[in-house]
Amino acid sequence: MAELKYREALNRALFEEMRRDPLVFVMGEGIAERGGSYKVTEGLLKEFGPNRVIDTPIAEASFTGAGVGAALIGTRPVVEILFVDFTTLILDQIINQAAKYEFMSGGQGKVPMVLRTQGGAGNGLAGQHSQSLEALFYHIPGLKVVMPSTPYDALGLLKAAIRDDHPVIFIEHKLLYMTKGEVPAEEYVVSLGQADIKKPGEDVTVITYSYMTLKCLEAAHALEKEGIRAEVVDLRTLSPLDKKTLLESVSKTGRAVIVHEACKRGGVGADIAAMLMEEAYDELDGPVLRICGKNTTIPYNLELEKACVPSVAEIIAGVRTVL
Amino acid sequence: MANQSSAPKGAATGEAAVDEKILREMYRNVYATRQFELTCVTLYRQGLIRGYFHPYLGEEAIAAGACAAIGRDDYIVSTHRGHGHCISKGADLKLMMAEIVGRATGYCKGRGGSMHISSKLDNNLGANGIVGAGIPIATGAGLGIRVKGSRQVVIAFFSDGASNNGVFAESINLASVFQLPVIYMLENNHYAVSTPVECSAGDCNLANRGPAYGVPGVCIDGNDAEEVYLTTKQAVERARRGEGPTLIEAKTYRHGGHHVNDPGLYMDQEALASWKARDPVNLLRAKINDVSVKQIEAKVDAEVAEAVEFAKNSPEPSVEEFLASIADD
Repeated sequence: MAELKYREALNRALFEEMRRDPLVFVMGEGIAERGGSYKVTEGLLKEFGPNRVIDTPIAEASFTGAGVGAALIGTRPVVEILFVDFTTLILDQIINQAAKYEFMSGGQGKVPMVLRTQGGAGNGLAGQHSQSLEALFYHIPGLKVVMPSTPYDALGLLKAAIRDDHPVIFIEHKLLYMTKGEVPAEEYVVSLGQADIKKPGEDVTVITYSYMTLKCLEAAHALEKEGIRAEVVDLRTLSPLDKKTLLESVSKTGRAVIVHEACKRGGVGADIAAMLMEEAYDELDGPVLRICGKNTTIPYNLELEKACVPSVAEIIAGVRTVL
Repeated sequence: MANQSSAPKGAATGEAAVDEKILREMYRNVYATRQFELTCVTLYRQGLIRGYFHPYLGEEAIAAGACAAIGRDDYIVSTHRGHGHCISKGADLKLMMAEIVGRATGYCKGRGGSMHISSKLDNNLGANGIVGAGIPIATGAGLGIRVKGSRQVVIAFFSDGASNNGVFAESINLASVFQLPVIYMLENNHYAVSTPVECSAGDCNLANRGPAYGVPGVCIDGNDAEEVYLTTKQAVERARRGEGPTLIEAKTYRHGGHHVNDPGLYMDQEALASWKARDPVNLLRAKINDVSVKQIEAKVDAEVAEAVEFAKNSPEPSVEEFLASIADD
């Protein structure tokens, strides 16, 4: 075991996969010489050269489309979009092309492409650099959506995403890059579609993902001092959704709280809450609660920004209300 | 500004530089496309083909000429008006017709239809329902070729309408920066749906857009398969030498409206008549001996008839199997 930062874990995943498979390559804005805004691609250029570590123009739609085309002919592109906010520029290539190609071609072709990007509030970056847009991709059949919360998961899931034969939207969180965690020295992969119980408990299931996992764990530890045993389930992969783990946990606890940073309206939490109502109604002892980001554009001012995303205190208070 | 609606002059090549075998191959493809499209129009009227169908009538020489200049191993990316590309790249007419009629035996198992037809065996990466969307995909195939280190090339077919979409500018720039082996084949049929090119482009000489990105731009007569072939061949050789992309603007004219249900009343009737007088099928037929023409036409006629029978007799896709295949999603 070694302690790695989240960004270092992602970097190791890229090194390992590029060494393993010469068809894996990375492209994006400022990822080669500069090593990426968050240093995730640092050092790749030196080892793999400019043919596989490619700096692109600021032309998201075309280089994402280029990723689709390159994937169609059998290479495995890892395309980086600097901020999830900029994925608005590439939605045709993701929604109409990457997500649908395998289906519409009757299985003749596949799009083994990973789209790496990062989102979330917390750095005073205002409305166009702080969003959580995973619900857009979660909604689209044909896409997988991955949002790791720890260095261990980030490494294992990125490797799995690169090996997957389908388009994967891999969304990191800007506040996670410098967080640290234990990562084994030996190689491993974390399968897509498997949630992880980050903290077991019997009284209430707290369902979350990405950076909010850290806040939920903090809240759960605080609640434990009051004798409330919350089970924190980190989805890790939103699509495919690990319904089995969620239903088992809710069957055990009878209560569910869903926490995410993205806007509440139309968020992933709404879909999960509806699924629990449909499939675990008899197991529930009360209504499912959602604690989510406010339905607003993220403001620049740090105090205003803080007010938009769920806090530890809010999570603690919310959990108390469902018991 | 020159009147872009009038027919351009013929090929400046003069000498018979293209050998007989290539001429016959191209004629097979222009004639097969013509007959296939006319047959599709009939099937559409009979209700066997649903949805949208955008005939390639009048533009056949571009696909035939361009595809004759590349090998089976090379890639193409097609458009919503894509039957001609598919045929010229070597598709089996039976599997094509079955797909367009929506049957389980079609290339895409009846899931794609006319606008999304592809054929992996021929390295045809497929048609596209989104105007312009194939341009970055073709560019990416070029990038993939570079990553793999192979000598293949890609032809991106697209239209004057698509050339006004942002991804065209982004993609040709990308290919120029990375010197990708991509031939941008701009089929200027003078209409973006119903809007004439004069009303949608600041400079109607669309080949001029190449040099702005450091890419050679050539304007040719798209109704002359021979000229399309010779120009594409040069661009392909250039791409294989690692010298990067070429933009070819092939001027042509649709023989009808945007899709099968559009009578195209907005079209310039005088220009249409002058382009029809230079029909790509007739132009090429005149360059081949009568015996060959008859042989080719008889063979194609039989193939098209067989394709229709195959499609009609093919099963519909099973709803149960389809629902089972998506049950986990």
